[in-house]
Amino acid sequence: MEIKVLGPGCATCKRLYQEAERAVAQSGIDATVTKVESIEEIASFGILRTPGLVIDGKVVASGRIPLAPEIVTMITTAAAEA
Amino acid sequence: MTTVPTASPSEAAPSAALRQAAALTAALAVWGLVYWRLASAADWLTASLLGLPVDESLGAAVSFFLYEVPKVLLLLTLVVFVVGVIRSFFTPERTRRVLAGRRETAGSILAALLGVVTPFCSCSAVPLFIGFVTTGVPLGVTFAFLVSAPMVNEVALALLFALFGWRIAALYAGTGLAVAIAAGVMIGRLRLEGWVEPWVYGVRPAGEHPADEGLRWTERMAAGREAVRDIVSRVWPYVVAGIAVGAGIHGYVPQDFMASFMGRDVWWSVPLAVGIGIPLYSNAAGIVPIVQALLGKGAALGTVLAFMMAVVALSLPEIVILRKVLTVRLIAVFVAVVGAGILLVGYLFNLVL
Repeated sequence: MEIKVLGPGCATCKRLYQEAERAVAQSGIDATVTKVESIEEIASFGILRTPGLVIDGKVVASGRIPLAPEIVTMITTAAAEA
Repeated sequence: MTTVPTASPSEAAPSAALRQAAALTAALAVWGLVYWRLASAADWLTASLLGLPVDESLGAAVSFFLYEVPKVLLLLTLVVFVVGVIRSFFTPERTRRVLAGRRETAGSILAALLGVVTPFCSCSAVPLFIGFVTTGVPLGVTFAFLVSAPMVNEVALALLFALFGWRIAALYAGTGLAVAIAAGVMIGRLRLEGWVEPWVYGVRPAGEHPADEGLRWTERMAAGREAVRDIVSRVWPYVVAGIAVGAGIHGYVPQDFMASFMGRDVWWSVPLAVGIGIPLYSNAAGIVPIVQALLGKGAALGTVLAFMMAVVALSLPEIVILRKVLTVRLIAVFVAVVGAGILLVGYLFNLVL
């Protein structure tokens, strides 16, 4: 599973990155978490607000910081659908 | 927001909603109580506990600080919460859908109005800009939104309302919208699409994302709480810093000193205020206490409003961020048009009021 955190590097996207890492650890699912800071790549996902959270190429959240428990739910849902 | 399926939503929702309503009412009661006793508490702390007479410089500054910090933070929390709930009804995705393909003038008016209620933070400026212009929102209309969103925001309006009354808040909102609309129409007329960085128009617009439609009230309350968590935690250092500066001005600057170079009789006070304001960055929460202190020392209303707008609407960090998608020439036009609008507002009010 590939999780991407989209954000140009301000405090909110850093926070989302931490929550995503925490969620991956809690969920126990094998997933990589990468930070995407390049504006071009962020734009290609079509989100209008940063930070953005992408799981396996699909945008699951934008413009807010879901906390770890919510991200765990998103991860498990995505794993079940895969 | 994703809706998590629960076992029996029809049974779970009412009791959860009731508990939330009860918690909300209790919180509001505590809020009201603390707010009401703040002024006297601040004076008592300064005079009795710290032994500083409140009518002298240091005492005045300290009591101002002790009163204003919790007051502004309390107001901020309340306003951000309420607006967070309101904003769950408006998303940028919905705004974009409304604005796509509109003609310039009507579109700019609509965009400016929507900028007030659509959530916006400076780092979102770029994805938002790209998302708008690649899906058929005209350039001028996008700019109208980009000007009104940071400038006429709920935090600014709420604080202005609380500290100066509804007239000044309405004035700020009205003129802010006018500047945004004028900027949008002007930039649209100038046909500057060629001055956007070329790669922007090459971005493939991705499909629609699930918008936050049909949220339940518990989810809207959660949106409010989330907004408080995110915004207040980001904004409070600016508030404290702004109040500290305001406290210094309040305690140490002689009465009517500001009238000498920020007053209405000095014709260059408005350009000076705008010139100082543009490179400064603060969000609304931090600048309003300073505005209050300046007004208290004799600065003219038009000058101070212009200063506030310049600080909030045109910030160096946002311009640096926008450099990724706008050529320097377009940025210059943007700053010039908005700056001119703000100057006009400042002069107008010094003349009229």
